[in-house]
Amino acid sequence: MSQTLEKKPAPSRDAMPLSGPRMPGSAPYLVAAAALAVGVGLGMILGGGLIAMAILAGLTFIVGITVWAWALEGRRSGVDRLVMSVVWAAFAVALVPLASLVWTVLSNGIPALSAEFFTYSMRGVIGDEPGGIYHALIGTLLITLGATVISVPVGIMTAIYIVEYGRTARLAKAITFLVDVMTGIPSIVAGLFAYALFVLIFGPGVRLGFGGSVALSLLMIPVVVRATEEMLKLVPDELREASYALGVPKWRTIVKVVLPTSLSGILTGVTLAIARVIGETAPLLIIAGSTDSVNFNLFADRMQTLPVFIYYAYTQPGVPPDPSIERAWGAALVLIAIVMLLNLLARVVGKVFAPKTGR
Amino acid sequence: MAKSIDVSDLNIYYGDFLAVQGVNMTIKARSVTAFIGPSGCGKSTFLRSLNRMHEVIPGARVEGKVVVDGQSLYDPSIDPVAVRRQIGMVFQRPNPFPTMSIYDNVLAGNRLNSRRMKKSEADSIVERSLKGANLWNEVKDRLNKPGMGLSGGQQQRLCIARAIAVEPQVLLMDEPCSALDPISTSAIEDLIHELKSDYTIVIVTHNMQQAARVSDETGFFNLKATGQPGQLVEFNPTKKVFSNPDEPATEAYISGRFG
Amino acid sequence: MSTTIDETRAGGRRPGDAIFKGTAIAAALVILLALAGVAVFLLYEGIPGILGAREETDASFVSYVWPLVYGTLVAALIALVIATPFAVGMALVISHYAPKRIAKPLGYVVDLLAAVPSVVYGVWGITVLGPQLVPLYRWLADTVPWIPFFAGPASTTGRTIFTAGVVLAIMILPIITAICREIFAQTPTLHQEAALALGATRWEMIRMAVFPYARSGMISATMLGLGRALGETMAVALVLSASGVITLNFISSTNPSTIAANIALRFPEATGLAVNLLIASGLVLFAITFAVNFAARYIAGSSARRMSR
Repeated sequence: MSQTLEKKPAPSRDAMPLSGPRMPGSAPYLVAAAALAVGVGLGMILGGGLIAMAILAGLTFIVGITVWAWALEGRRSGVDRLVMSVVWAAFAVALVPLASLVWTVLSNGIPALSAEFFTYSMRGVIGDEPGGIYHALIGTLLITLGATVISVPVGIMTAIYIVEYGRTARLAKAITFLVDVMTGIPSIVAGLFAYALFVLIFGPGVRLGFGGSVALSLLMIPVVVRATEEMLKLVPDELREASYALGVPKWRTIVKVVLPTSLSGILTGVTLAIARVIGETAPLLIIAGSTDSVNFNLFADRMQTLPVFIYYAYTQPGVPPDPSIERAWGAALVLIAIVMLLNLLARVVGKVFAPKTGR
Repeated sequence: MAKSIDVSDLNIYYGDFLAVQGVNMTIKARSVTAFIGPSGCGKSTFLRSLNRMHEVIPGARVEGKVVVDGQSLYDPSIDPVAVRRQIGMVFQRPNPFPTMSIYDNVLAGNRLNSRRMKKSEADSIVERSLKGANLWNEVKDRLNKPGMGLSGGQQQRLCIARAIAVEPQVLLMDEPCSALDPISTSAIEDLIHELKSDYTIVIVTHNMQQAARVSDETGFFNLKATGQPGQLVEFNPTKKVFSNPDEPATEAYISGRFG
Repeated sequence: MSTTIDETRAGGRRPGDAIFKGTAIAAALVILLALAGVAVFLLYEGIPGILGAREETDASFVSYVWPLVYGTLVAALIALVIATPFAVGMALVISHYAPKRIAKPLGYVVDLLAAVPSVVYGVWGITVLGPQLVPLYRWLADTVPWIPFFAGPASTTGRTIFTAGVVLAIMILPIITAICREIFAQTPTLHQEAALALGATRWEMIRMAVFPYARSGMISATMLGLGRALGETMAVALVLSASGVITLNFISSTNPSTIAANIALRFPEATGLAVNLLIASGLVLFAITFAVNFAARYIAGSSARRMSR
């Protein structure tokens, strides 16, 4: 610092080492094979199970490839390899529960499936008499339908207000904030709200399917609003202005130009919102209750739903417990299948209804 | 000392798409080499293949040879990380790290290699590099302010300071002035003139006057035809390219008849 | 972004416009009313529970709800500590490590985790995960009993607060991963290339360019995950064998309960004041999740303002 610094750097840069000892491209595979051998070998010697072997193999791989890279290519390369293998290992480990869960539900659930399972309710079913989830299916469908009927218009119109009318209004800002708050409402609190609301009308101990719809729509509305908002914002302003320029009033512009353009995204968002709430248990446990019989009336009496059915069939199986627990797994399988189908449907809907343009 | 670059039979791909075909040239050490040509003809792609930045894009790959200091860059024994350290790069848009101060931005490359640096050593690298980039006088009082607070031209010079702080052999510049106003552009051009005595400089530019002003040699890239890969049409001393080019296509481009 | 086009004149003249706009505002007001309703009704039904807690439980409301709050926080924090590193790793795999071809399918696989209903996670937690963790608990209790978390005696069923935390971690993994991966992918190419061109390895590039850019987003993602974990009910209600104690011991058979699980377990059979008491505890849960979510949005929002400066 003290000497007069020249403007130009004056380094001695004659040497330019670019090459060094490099690991072969097959290095990860070699290490993986060795790690597998170590894992299985040690596992057999020490008498560990499959999990222990997998953990041993994984750790051997991480240590092996790091040490090799560090020794051959230097510290920085070693750290790079370490992070890469740790990150991939994290991914693999995180998928173990998913695989285990899918396997458990499939292997326990498939034996329960039969024609009776889908067409019988649990009314008067004792022990291993044939019983099914018909009542729960009906309840889930009706309650979710009710929630959709409430949430979709409210959600879409709110999003229209926020995007098309309320850009600068204080109310729109407040609503955006409240939608954020709604996103964070725990599902059980939504159930308590529905109960607290209907208890004022029907008195203590109220249980009805429509209460479930109200609770679920509290969870569903923010999802619909968010999805619609995103889609409406994507509609280019030129489209709106072109329509105004033709003398089309604003509301018809929204209905005829803006909404059709964003239809696919909105439908996808709605489908995903349904998929999210159809598996909800806690609010229905509180307000829709549980029953063994079929109930088609949303506005009176307890209504069984799939998630609540699973909960009670598993936790209060009766004597003997096995048939009931098997039915719980069967219902879990059906419920997961419904949610997956809805997710799949959302993707298909998004593709089918996408605006047919080259853009 | 600064190194020359020998390129032979270089083909550059994006996946299956051949973007640049059959480039041969020798880039002289301690000189400024400019690449000109119409948009999309592969100048920048070629530049990025000189320090193995091209392969950062998924699916991108290169065939052929680039030899620097007797070492073939695409040899399997070559560490691309070391290549990029020796062959620095300045991008089209200034890209200082937004969360770092000016001081830390300059040292970003050095800190990769030596984790612990003496404060005095770090200070002298920062001062030397910023002086090298003609930025020292403007920022010496606010070294700990974020780099994003500077003007566009200052940011670009900060990026040049960051590139020369690791003392590379070669400096690649990808349209370094295209996002800058004329005054900042002229500052960068002056800087290129000064840096030439220490570095081999390769610059891609859209601006033919700029190529004529700053470079010693000029390469003209063009598409063979629409939809065909780009190629090097002519590579000659700048004076010759701009006064008496070998190829009619070069003359047509320079006199503004197309592109 | 679209400009606001002033349509007030047109709106005044055309009944269609007025009606449509009115409907839109009405929908927005429904949301306002719904949330006000949540607050008002929960308070209306909950306050008698707070005031009458002593009749119902022979103790004040605070001493009733405190162990539940403690359990809720412990379970959610265990979940967060486990889930965050995994989520960041998985997000990095999808955004930066996996080849493009398989990154997208990997993203779908993570989303599948989110598609499993919580009651199914709960049933899986009891039948599969709990028993699998018992040997680990036994080993921990034998080997490191001086760590208060693992003091033992180890649970024989695996239905501990730690197991509940693991299940919660799996459940919040997809949301944290999804947000993180979106932010990682948004890191400007310019900054990533700047790092690479200086001779950074992939990890050094991530540390220099990606993490600084994504830091506040990652924090807010974990807080949103925390909000989820706090409010999650069924998985905990099923997995946890709760006895309402306050303990640091994560692996024994006596565990604190959580607010949500306590409501789910007791509500179906509750009558009278007990119902009000449960609703009051729900109000506490609402307040906690609100605070956490609000903090998450605030962090995300303030950094967005800083970045766009």
